[in-house]
Amino acid sequence: MAEVAHAEVGHGDAHDDHHEQSFWSKYVFSTDHKIIGFQYMFTGMAMALIGGYFAYVFRMQLAFPGNSIPFWGTLSPAAYNSLVTNHGTIMIFWVAMPVLIAAMGNFLIPLMIGCDDMVFPRVNRLSYQIFLLSAIVLIISFFVPGGGFGGAWTAYPPLSAKAEYNSTPFGAPLWLIAVTLEIVAFLLGGINFITTTMNARAKGMKMYDIPMIVWMIVIASILFMCSVGPLIAGAVMLLFDQTLGTAFFDAAAGGDPVLWQHLFWFFGHPEVYVVLLPAFGIVGEITCTFARKKLFSYKLILYSTIGLGILSFFVWAHHQFISGVDPRATYLFTTTTLLISIPVAIIMFAYIATLYGGSIRFTTAMLFGLAFTGEFLLGGVTGIWLGSSGVDIYLHDTYFVLAHFHYTFVPIAIIATFAAVYYWFPKMFGRKMNETLGKFHFWGTIIPFNGIFIPLFILGAGGQHRRIYNYQHFPDLAGADMQDMRVFATISLIVMLAFQLVFIANFIISLKKGEKAGKNPWKANTLEWITESPPPHGNFGETMPTVYRGPYEYSVEGREQDYWPQNEKPESEPS
Amino acid sequence: MFDFLDRFMPGILEWLLPRASTYAIEIDVLFDVITILVGFWFFLVLGYFFYLIFRYRHREGQRAEYISGETHKQKQAIEIPHYLILICDVAILVPTFMVWYNIKIDIPPPDEEVRVVSQQWAWTFYHAGADGVLGTDDDIVSINELHLKNNTQYTYHLESLDVMHSFSIPVFRLKQDAIPGRVISGHFKPILTGEWDIQCAEMCGVAHGIMGARVFIETEEEHAAWIAANTPKLSEGEMLAAKDENLPEVKEDQNNG
Amino acid sequence: MAHQIIATSRSRTGIPTGRLAVWWVIGSEILIFGGLIASYLLNRFNHGPSWSIEAANTNTFIGACNTFWLLTSSLFVVYAHAASERRDAAKTRMWIWLTIMLGGFFMGFKAYEYTTEIHHGFTLFTSNFWSFYYTATGLHGFHVLCGMVIMAIIAEGDIKKGQNWHRVENIGLYWHFVDIVWIFLFPLMYIAK
Ligand code: HEA
Ligand code: HEA
Ligand code: CUA
Ligand SMILES: [Cu+2]
Repeated sequence: MAEVAHAEVGHGDAHDDHHEQSFWSKYVFSTDHKIIGFQYMFTGMAMALIGGYFAYVFRMQLAFPGNSIPFWGTLSPAAYNSLVTNHGTIMIFWVAMPVLIAAMGNFLIPLMIGCDDMVFPRVNRLSYQIFLLSAIVLIISFFVPGGGFGGAWTAYPPLSAKAEYNSTPFGAPLWLIAVTLEIVAFLLGGINFITTTMNARAKGMKMYDIPMIVWMIVIASILFMCSVGPLIAGAVMLLFDQTLGTAFFDAAAGGDPVLWQHLFWFFGHPEVYVVLLPAFGIVGEITCTFARKKLFSYKLILYSTIGLGILSFFVWAHHQFISGVDPRATYLFTTTTLLISIPVAIIMFAYIATLYGGSIRFTTAMLFGLAFTGEFLLGGVTGIWLGSSGVDIYLHDTYFVLAHFHYTFVPIAIIATFAAVYYWFPKMFGRKMNETLGKFHFWGTIIPFNGIFIPLFILGAGGQHRRIYNYQHFPDLAGADMQDMRVFATISLIVMLAFQLVFIANFIISLKKGEKAGKNPWKANTLEWITESPPPHGNFGETMPTVYRGPYEYSVEGREQDYWPQNEKPESEPS
Repeated sequence: MFDFLDRFMPGILEWLLPRASTYAIEIDVLFDVITILVGFWFFLVLGYFFYLIFRYRHREGQRAEYISGETHKQKQAIEIPHYLILICDVAILVPTFMVWYNIKIDIPPPDEEVRVVSQQWAWTFYHAGADGVLGTDDDIVSINELHLKNNTQYTYHLESLDVMHSFSIPVFRLKQDAIPGRVISGHFKPILTGEWDIQCAEMCGVAHGIMGARVFIETEEEHAAWIAANTPKLSEGEMLAAKDENLPEVKEDQNNG
Repeated sequence: MAHQIIATSRSRTGIPTGRLAVWWVIGSEILIFGGLIASYLLNRFNHGPSWSIEAANTNTFIGACNTFWLLTSSLFVVYAHAASERRDAAKTRMWIWLTIMLGGFFMGFKAYEYTTEIHHGFTLFTSNFWSFYYTATGLHGFHVLCGMVIMAIIAEGDIKKGQNWHRVENIGLYWHFVDIVWIFLFPLMYIAK
């Protein structure tokens, strides 16, 4: 192997020999990046089921208020709040983050840049262990006396700071501890992603030869690292307020409750792009592969992404237009918020332009990829209504906001993830998923998804507020036509959830019985497809690949094949 | 300007919910402006997207083209739309600033004032009473009922006794968070008599979901009758005692919203 | 396959991976302390006079001593690095232990300072100034402690065995960072009165 430069680097981290491979050392305490990726993925999926179940319970309450809910019972206001809060927290921190960044990043980065593992395998394992611990702490917090935290995923103090206000003396601190642990796990993971991509790329892989998804995950990790610091500081202060009785956020004792909102949203807004970017990356890979097209304007996309990242640090107060910050500041934040539509639109337009002149194959993965683009478009543009501070006076904290961010989050965390699973499943497990069941699952997910959230847009524009346990208390909202829309949304959700059983069945059956995939079932260019499926320990066997070209050289004129793997030697070069 | 524009607009929000304050029309028009500008792009992009999917579906024996998107001309295909989008952004920003200024920054001199105190989980409203001045003995205190005189310019002073709440009257298109330790002032002028919802729009604990109140917009005579009916009884009653207890020590904050 | 992982020995940027990682750790730590300090400043601007009165009770002399210990220790860690470049295990270990010793002085002074302050009734709960004071200096002290422990491990676990020399430089970077945080905390908590 030609890779022995810099012999002094990091020996101590690397002595992980795998002689005896018991179940425990192979699947539980492994430092192999693929196993850790699977661990993140399966934990994330399990949490998605919990989050989806919570959504089912509170949507049932909204559609049929007061009735007993199958698989739950009657729902109290406190339990409602707790379910909503933890639904949001789980979906963002324990589904979107682990599946999109950690699972995809761990599984794909080393494979795609052509090396055998992360540069800090043990830090990587530690990251997953902390993550798992955080999930356990969160789940414990549902069962402590007083119940789980119910003060919204934004956890505004003073409500979140004092048990006398939120009536969850144990739930609130445990929730905060869980979130903080999760953040620490992702900080550790992020350092690994960034340094691995910087330092461990295959020979010949230059900056513009890195697959877009790797860029996106790395930029997302950098965004995360740069935005989360103040929130950690805030979380420490809030935890002290909760458990020790300090008064950082208590106005009566000289503290400032709005400070938390700044710390939270300074993180919170970049965070939405942290989960958006990996999804963009996934869809970019899939679009290119199945349209047999080169990614349109790679560099433009890359620089827009960086621009998007920078801009995202200057929009946070658009969540606080009416929360008592200086009203003059909104002029600035409205402007930056509207400006951010430009880089996002550039990326989306480039993806759409990639289809131009293509030869599109409608595999399940591609269908989900295309659906992401179409659905996210609606989520993105509705951000403009909210970004306009004038309209946000009315729309703030209505279901319009809710529908806006579900039209971004569901395409990201559900649709793009499904795309990724269908696309990389053959590489992960060596077999293809069943396409017929896959298409069935696709339509059964997309149609009900729109059925859930289109009515919620209308309800929101009609003045329905978020986090309300029972709309029958508000005469203006109790009308039959509004209630019909709520019922329609709930039924759509049940249909959508039912179709997820198809996915789970397909997943399990394909693991055992799926069609053998071979090395490169989709005829794709990137490096993960040149090795066995599933890749062996060490990924590429004895010789590490060398890279000769960019990742998207599809349909190059004058070549017989319509793809050109990154590691294939050009004819001009003698071997 | 907004009245003029309104004549050409679809009136989406008004169709869902009546306008009961002077500035509701501004927000509605702004909503429609954005709907038209952004909706245009949305359908354009989505339409083109579907067209491409259909036009370039895989057909036997046909190969994709090799387009890098790196040449100047190809890049322009993306850049030019973005200059147009930038123009749309500006076209949204200008009315946004006007609406924001009118509603949140420029507070017109009030005819009447009302004090709004939120707490877990009720609204207490201090009406000025017969003399039209807040903080005097004839103030009328009511819980979860706000009584307003139609066509009157109001200034409200919003407080919170415990956690964050948010004072939201959808028919007014009005919303403002209440922050413990601050008094936040704003304004509205009702223009439509009737009875409507007030909602709390910020998560404030267990009963946030039922922290509602009603606003009664009355004609001058009705309002006078309401004042007359409530003043004497209440000024000696327990309501006043409650009011005195409730006076929190708060400073006027510069950061009004 | 019982082979050495290749990823760890690659260095496309030319910067050793370990040092790169330390830089990123420092980057995220800067943001944590940055958030805390920004919050402190925001409060201080809003409550100026009352906070100045509180701040008058901090012990500037001890703060100054602690600044001195830390700055000196930063110098020592540079010597340790220089010695490690020469692969001089004895010298490297000596300088590392001297650095740890100064860190110990820092912690000792800090402990004395906390005790006297608490005796005078200034606890975490006295007022927001004190809450910030204990949180910020406490978090910083925790970092000092971690640095000391890691240095001890490196001196005894690695240098003694003559391996992983690059770790001296990495811990040095971290130690400088901990110093710099103190350079910000010192004027904010002890001098601005
Ligand atoms: C991943 C998730 C995600 C993403 C990507 C976005 C993207 C955007 N969001 Fe969203 N948002 C959330 C998740 C997300 N958001 C969440 C979770 C909340 C609520 C949190 C809570 O309170 O609980 C929220 C709330 C929220 C608010 C606060 C609302 C309120 O509480 O009152 C605002 C206000 O400005 C906003 C704006 C935007 C904007 C401008 C974008 C932009 O990035 C969108 C840019 C994209 C496009 C514009 C589409 C492509 C462009 C075109 C097709 C061209 C045509 C466009 C023009 C002519 C302008 N969002
Ligand atoms: C990533 C983020 C995400 C996702 C995906 C979802 C998904 C859904 N959400 Fe959620 N939601 C939030 C984030 C998210 N939500 C947030 C942040 C809030 C605000 C909380 C607050 O106010 O504090 C919220 C609040 C919220 C409310 C508001 C409650 C209220 O204010 O009173 C409602 C109401 O209808 C709702 C509904 C739904 C529904 C029907 C879905 C459905 O789409 C769910 C469908 C579920 C599935 C489809 C899961 C299936 C999973 C598998 C089959 C396993 C395989 C998984 C993978 C491959 C990943 N959500
Ligand atoms: Cu008060 Cu919500
Ligand atoms: Cu945002």
